[in-house]
Amino acid sequence: MKQSLRRGRRTFAAAAFIGASALALAACSGSSDSDSSSTAGGGGGGGGTTSDEFTYLGQTQNTTIAATLESLQTGACAAAADGTPLVTDAIDGTTWDQQLQVLAGNDALSNMSMAAGTPSLMQDFISAGKVLNLTEAFAELGVEGAVLPAAEATLKQLYQADDLYALPTEFNIEGFWYNKDLFEEAGVDVPETWTELVDAAETLNSADIQPFVAAGGDGWPVTRLVGNYIFRSLGADALQKVADGEASLTDAEYVEGADAVSALGEAGYFGPAAGSIDYNTAMNQFLTGGGAMFYMGSWALGNFNSEEENQIGVDAIGYFPFPEVEGGAGSIDETPANAGIPVMFTTANYTDDIGEWLKCIAENYGNVALAESGQVTGFEITETPADQSELTTMVQDQIASAAGSVLWFEAAFTSEGTTVSQTNGGGLATGDLSGQEFMELVQAANGG
Amino acid sequence: MDSVFRNRTAAVVMLTPALLVYTFVMLVPILWSVTYTFQSGNAITGFEFVGFDNWIEFFRDDTALDALWFTLRYAIVMTVLQVATGYGLALLYIFFLRNKSPLVRTTIFFPVILPTVAVALMFSRMFEAAPTVGPINTILQWLGGDLTDFLGTPSQAFWVVIIMDVWRSMGFYAVLLYAGLVEIPNEVIESARIDGASGWKLVRRIVFPLSLPVLLSALIFSINGTLKVFDSIVALTNGGPGSATTPLTLYMFRTSFAYGQYGYGSTVAFMLTLLCLIATIFVFRSMRRDVTSS
Repeated sequence: MKQSLRRGRRTFAAAAFIGASALALAACSGSSDSDSSSTAGGGGGGGGTTSDEFTYLGQTQNTTIAATLESLQTGACAAAADGTPLVTDAIDGTTWDQQLQVLAGNDALSNMSMAAGTPSLMQDFISAGKVLNLTEAFAELGVEGAVLPAAEATLKQLYQADDLYALPTEFNIEGFWYNKDLFEEAGVDVPETWTELVDAAETLNSADIQPFVAAGGDGWPVTRLVGNYIFRSLGADALQKVADGEASLTDAEYVEGADAVSALGEAGYFGPAAGSIDYNTAMNQFLTGGGAMFYMGSWALGNFNSEEENQIGVDAIGYFPFPEVEGGAGSIDETPANAGIPVMFTTANYTDDIGEWLKCIAENYGNVALAESGQVTGFEITETPADQSELTTMVQDQIASAAGSVLWFEAAFTSEGTTVSQTNGGGLATGDLSGQEFMELVQAANGG
Repeated sequence: MDSVFRNRTAAVVMLTPALLVYTFVMLVPILWSVTYTFQSGNAITGFEFVGFDNWIEFFRDDTALDALWFTLRYAIVMTVLQVATGYGLALLYIFFLRNKSPLVRTTIFFPVILPTVAVALMFSRMFEAAPTVGPINTILQWLGGDLTDFLGTPSQAFWVVIIMDVWRSMGFYAVLLYAGLVEIPNEVIESARIDGASGWKLVRRIVFPLSLPVLLSALIFSINGTLKVFDSIVALTNGGPGSATTPLTLYMFRTSFAYGQYGYGSTVAFMLTLLCLIATIFVFRSMRRDVTSS
């Protein structure tokens, strides 16, 4: 009797211990939930009408958006910030899409954050209802028309959506920026066709001037050339046809574009060890006279306008659009354009208070970003700064006069296709990869 | 004490908390990951049961097979080099440096405690070809060679990774094997010497067989560590140029988190687990056979 009583006590103690352990584990797992809701900021749960704070998450590499929002908080958006102050945070951009996927999967996105770099991932967010439909939100808030039609069309084309899902905190054109002094020294005219571009490169190379500067290590500045060649030779919808399965990158007419760029690499026109050059090195190389032509977006205006960085002088930099391919279906007037990394609003925790912030950003962001950072955005501008630089004005004119726009090589590709394309772009710049090899790799990664 | 262990209730009470923690922290995630291998999708798009499609895809995926081949090459070359250099250094500590070895041991061990990213940055500068020419290329050019883009050429990038990782890890294996060698009784060594064994003969006939247990540990440790290499490659080449230095771990990371294919990523992870298991069993069995035969 005594023994069975003792055994009963032990069993009870064991059961109590297991119960306590389970409770402790349950408590531990519960704490992570509460963390994620506070990270999401706002009132929590969505559908409420008030929020305690307005959270923004950006990349550490981009300080313009956070700085503009902070200016708005103390200026034009002071009323919206009253009771719902801005809280900004930033993480490294190299793993941006990965971080966003984890946050979105846990409904822990900030109220406003930079959008996914890969358009197909944004399409997943849109399909899953994670991202706010801004066309509808703007209609409710009475701010339709706050985004320029060209920027809106670019974003809709990018995400293949009928409505607007991101705000264009940048609106960039891309093309070749060239060193006027080096062109003059080698006696080269601005090329208008691909043949003229190759001839110009040959002449510059013969004069011991590196024809092209490109960040082959990053890949995308090289694959941009492939994409643009294809747009010029096959037309603006050529890469969408690949995404839709109507054409393949391994088709001869597509391989021609990669071969044309690989031939430049094989001739050594991108300089020695082009596959190891990163973005900042390439920028520095161009701005110190280390090369004649630099394919880049207008977001580089800040670097071009900086007296400290630009050793060749802002007047020595000219711009010409990506040349035509003789006999091609595309046109030199179709300017490669993008909205940089736009920003999105999450549907979770979207309240009336966040709506007030959205309305204020739509109405004022463009003016503040242009005045304080010289940033050309896709928002309607109502106040032009008096001291605007000539290069900035030239970019605005180019945007206004562009007959149409095209996206970039990987815009319609999957995440895997984009990564494989950009990690192998350096191989084209060094000539180590042939056009056929490059296109086979990208096509396979893009879903066969 | 014996009576405590014979008491089932006491055993249950003592083991249950640890078992619960182990179950939730290790077993549940592993089983969860295995269930993902039969699904496609991610946390945003949702999951769909696809049977063995991910497994079939793995053997049809050229990039995965390339990553597998790179992982095996890297693991074999690294294991041979880091255990061999470690063993060589341990012998040096014991038979040549003797009492002077602590300073050398500390110096050679130093890279082990350095952050991987800092080491990778140093090696990328050392092997740099442009825009500035690094010391290795400067020496090559001085000797009449051509400027070489080591990190931009697939075959050479592999060897730069190997050189860096051997430099980082040989100090660790030297200390590990040194700890095993000092356990060999001096009397045995002295007896062998009196019997006429010295130099290479002493090492081959006496030291090597007696240090087999610690060599076995080093080999298992090395093969498992190198099969799971990740940080040094991400920091030095990020898997490039192209995918020339992409191991299975990096491919798994990209597949899961960059491409949003959790199911396929879990399949790659499971393949890596199987690879580690097979390698460990292989090393263990072959070493045990050797010990018996000697």
